[in-house]
Amino acid sequence: MCPADNLQFSRTSNYIAMLQSITFEVRINGGMVGMMKIAVLVKQVPDTWSDRKIDPGTKRVDRSKDQVIDEINEKAVEVALQVKEAQDAEVVVVTMGPSSAQDGLRKMLAMGADSGIHIVDDAFGGSDAMQTSAALAAALKDKGFDLVVAGNESTDGRTAAVPAMLAERLGLAQLTFLRTLEVKNGVATGERLLPNGNATVSAALPALVSVTEQIAEARYPNFKGILAAKKKPIESIALSGLGIDASQAGGANSWSVVETVTPKPPREGGTIIKDDGTAGQQLADYLAKANLI
Amino acid sequence: MTQVLVLVETADGAPVAATAEQFAAAAILGEPAAVVVGKDASKAAGALGKLGAVKVYAADGDFDARLVTPQVAALAAAVEAAKPSAVIVGSGPDAREAGARLAVRVGGAYQSDVIGISKDALVTQQAFGGAFTVTASGKGVQVISLREHSIEGSAPAAAGELVKLDISGDSTPFAKIESKQTEATASERPSLQAADIVVSGGRGLGSKEKFALMEELADTLGAALGASRAAVDAGYCEHNMQVGQTGTTVSPNLYIAVGISGAIQHLAGMQSSKTIVAINKDPNVPIFDIADFGIVGDLFQVVPQFIEAVKVRKNG
Ligand SMILES: Cc1cc2nc3c(=O)[nH]c(=O)nc-3n(C[C@H](O)[C@H](O)[C@H](O)COP(=O)(O)OP(=O)(O)OC[C@H]3O[C@@H](n4cnc5c(N)ncnc54)[C@H](O)[C@@H]3O)c2cc1C
Repeated sequence: MCPADNLQFSRTSNYIAMLQSITFEVRINGGMVGMMKIAVLVKQVPDTWSDRKIDPGTKRVDRSKDQVIDEINEKAVEVALQVKEAQDAEVVVVTMGPSSAQDGLRKMLAMGADSGIHIVDDAFGGSDAMQTSAALAAALKDKGFDLVVAGNESTDGRTAAVPAMLAERLGLAQLTFLRTLEVKNGVATGERLLPNGNATVSAALPALVSVTEQIAEARYPNFKGILAAKKKPIESIALSGLGIDASQAGGANSWSVVETVTPKPPREGGTIIKDDGTAGQQLADYLAKANLI
Repeated sequence: MTQVLVLVETADGAPVAATAEQFAAAAILGEPAAVVVGKDASKAAGALGKLGAVKVYAADGDFDARLVTPQVAALAAAVEAAKPSAVIVGSGPDAREAGARLAVRVGGAYQSDVIGISKDALVTQQAFGGAFTVTASGKGVQVISLREHSIEGSAPAAAGELVKLDISGDSTPFAKIESKQTEATASERPSLQAADIVVSGGRGLGSKEKFALMEELADTLGAALGASRAAVDAGYCEHNMQVGQTGTTVSPNLYIAVGISGAIQHLAGMQSSKTIVAINKDPNVPIFDIADFGIVGDLFQVVPQFIEAVKVRKNG
């Protein structure tokens, strides 16, 4: 066990100060002692290849079909597995979602994660980023994780807020939007993608990381992995197990409230020409006529 | 009137270009006030007054090595002092994440990638790449991350009264910024979200060397340069040029897709462009289903001829 394992994430600054001094010791001792514990946040989303919809009645994303683990989450699991291969680590995949999200967790277990945590309760339906991060924080806070890894942004909501919110709630240093990651001697270092370049950032563990799609290509589960996944434990946690009051949970109590949803009519196709040797010229004429150049 | 805070980002001490638009957005909801952090934060007060800040909450100090947490601390202190109804932040990763953490710290809705704001504090957002338009309200102190180039106009100049904040006691754990590498190629070209015209190249360009044709096309039109994920993955260009589901969302007046098939995830980042032009040698690719003007042909024939034709028009 690493010394930090015995401590629990907390929002109080006393605890944070303690965590900082403890992890500092880990560093000067020259590395993590024993097994590191990594949580990877994963989420099922409507497949980006499918015709994704918002249900006009509930004003929520239609999750009735074509559910897959978001590609970015497979990459996040891959990164955690690479850390596990480089040093002793336990990888726990964590999701919040309906009962069907179990399938997604199993796939991540087949890739090589050790166990799963499934936050599942009808009361959570329609949660926004604030509520999702609160539920995840409640599920993770007493479990002594050294590293929490997430995707930078889901393909359904594209809010890109849950990792930062979770760092805030757990009092963890955040290293987010990373396109590279190295975890060594109890310190995480990586390149944060910026609109005009990147920044090298680092923090002592415990810390929270979010990764961008350049971070790694996810491995495919092999047959052995798929068989092994069937026996790996998945812990289910309901609302009551998280200590969250029902009056705070779900779409009826969300901070952000969707008022209207309007589908855009599909775009009509236009003029298609085959190049007869003058298409470049014709394009210039077309755009000039439309005052676009 | 209640104050509406704007988290001001600076480059070399001066507010970045998007600041004016953020003040315009704040003015829709109330009285704009600025929150600014850094070595010369207070010195920006004059400039921020001109942009519309009634008050300027400034946290002076060298916080450059801390990722996001100083901005959150300053915003939280300003929320405490100003009791605002809303907070506007930008659309880059730093601003978004500061906003997300603030929502947790002070209790409020976090509204991401907002493209419109109404007087009664409804925000407009897009879902699934513009396939749906959503309006939303928010409880608590609404934290609004504003997409660049989505709101017109500006806020009237104001007093810019300086209010100093002290965030030196902030002990939130943070990641240390060891160094920053900005791209040498950060060129004269407009940014993807700012540009009136965006031209994007795909795998059809074939190589990094041949992708230079796209640069010539962009510069001839004064356009921003984008790319498909396949082009990015193949190393033809930088990651931050990617348009689509997991890249930038653009909606320019004119979008020209060159050697791009039009996979659903690419369309998710550009289908709300006003006019779409596609050049592809395969007549059966999905990009033609949404193109206003499509050319079935070899891009290495069509694009150079087009560039010449545009140059002739410009000079003649
Ligand atoms: C979760 C997820 C997220 C994704 N996010 C994005 C994203 O953000 N952005 C994105 O773009 N993609 C994204 N993709 C990838 C997407 O599915 C496609 O793989 C990608 O868009 C294909 O890029 P392309 O059109 O350049 O390549 P291709 O599909 O290979 O198309 C190349 C085209 O070039 C044409 N061509 C070749 N030579 C010539 C020539 N000489 N003249 C004219 N035409 C020529 C070919 O006919 C072909 O149609 C994502 C995928 C997933 C699963």
